[in-house]
Amino acid sequence: MSQANLAVDPHAASMGEGSPFAIPSSKLVVWLFIISDAVTFGAFLFAYGYIRNASTDWPTPFEHGSIWNALLMTFILVTSSLTILLAVRAAQNDDRSAAFKWTLITAAGGVLFAILHLREWSSLIGEGVRMFQNPWGAPMFGATFFSITGLHMLHVIGGVIALTVVALIYKAGRYSAKHIEIWSLYWHFVDIVWMFVVPMVYLLNMKR
Amino acid sequence: MTTTPNSTGKSNSMVTTYVVYVTILAIAVYQVCFAMMAGPQGMLMLMLAILQASIAVMYFMHLGQERQVLFLALIPYTLFVLFMLNMIWPDSVRLLHMRPH
Repeated sequence: MSQANLAVDPHAASMGEGSPFAIPSSKLVVWLFIISDAVTFGAFLFAYGYIRNASTDWPTPFEHGSIWNALLMTFILVTSSLTILLAVRAAQNDDRSAAFKWTLITAAGGVLFAILHLREWSSLIGEGVRMFQNPWGAPMFGATFFSITGLHMLHVIGGVIALTVVALIYKAGRYSAKHIEIWSLYWHFVDIVWMFVVPMVYLLNMKR
Repeated sequence: MTTTPNSTGKSNSMVTTYVVYVTILAIAVYQVCFAMMAGPQGMLMLMLAILQASIAVMYFMHLGQERQVLFLALIPYTLFVLFMLNMIWPDSVRLLHMRPH
């Protein structure tokens, strides 16, 4: 880089090069994490599809009640994506109390989602579904169902904890709008994964 | 009108955000109703899920408003890896046909 360029761009002088993406490095890191996590979930879903496809007696245990429950969970998660957007907007307008409130409402949506999910798990376990056995057919049904939905629920619970902590630190004035925005990306990703879990795991295994 | 700005200075109005929110929920309801009435069809369900996810990535995560180079750096490679994972599918069908039923 020439001396003339260094004089024009002081950032370039200290960092060598500016970011080609025009986003903070912390946001880029979250994007890279999301991409790697998307591939992880993709691998889980492909493995599930492989096992399901290769089984002749794959069970279809989900009654309409479970399907409506999954739709309610979708509503809660998509709504929580909206509330985290409202939190980001409030934070960018420097309205700390509104950003704090919307972030906590988002976290509450995550808690509600996890409760409904655990109720679904409890119902299936009550019917005799275990990791490697179930009363209906292919024994791997439980392993695939619990691993995919369990990994997703782990992400939801992790997100709830992270959002709560970030909201508290933000309210104390030590975090900025950028931190809320970065965690909102993670929360949207959790929502997007669920959009694939519902049709692939619930709707394709609906009792008819 | 209130907006949510990002690094490129472009922004989504909240009206757009609400339209996206309703659209995603409408697709979810359609998926469920279709599966209940006509039976679940894997490819259609997957296509609708991809549509939902694309809308969410572009509008909720604002990837559509970031610099295009970010999109190009992230999405094509992810899709490539997922398509490569797709290579296992034919083997699962082959296994099914090899079963002595």
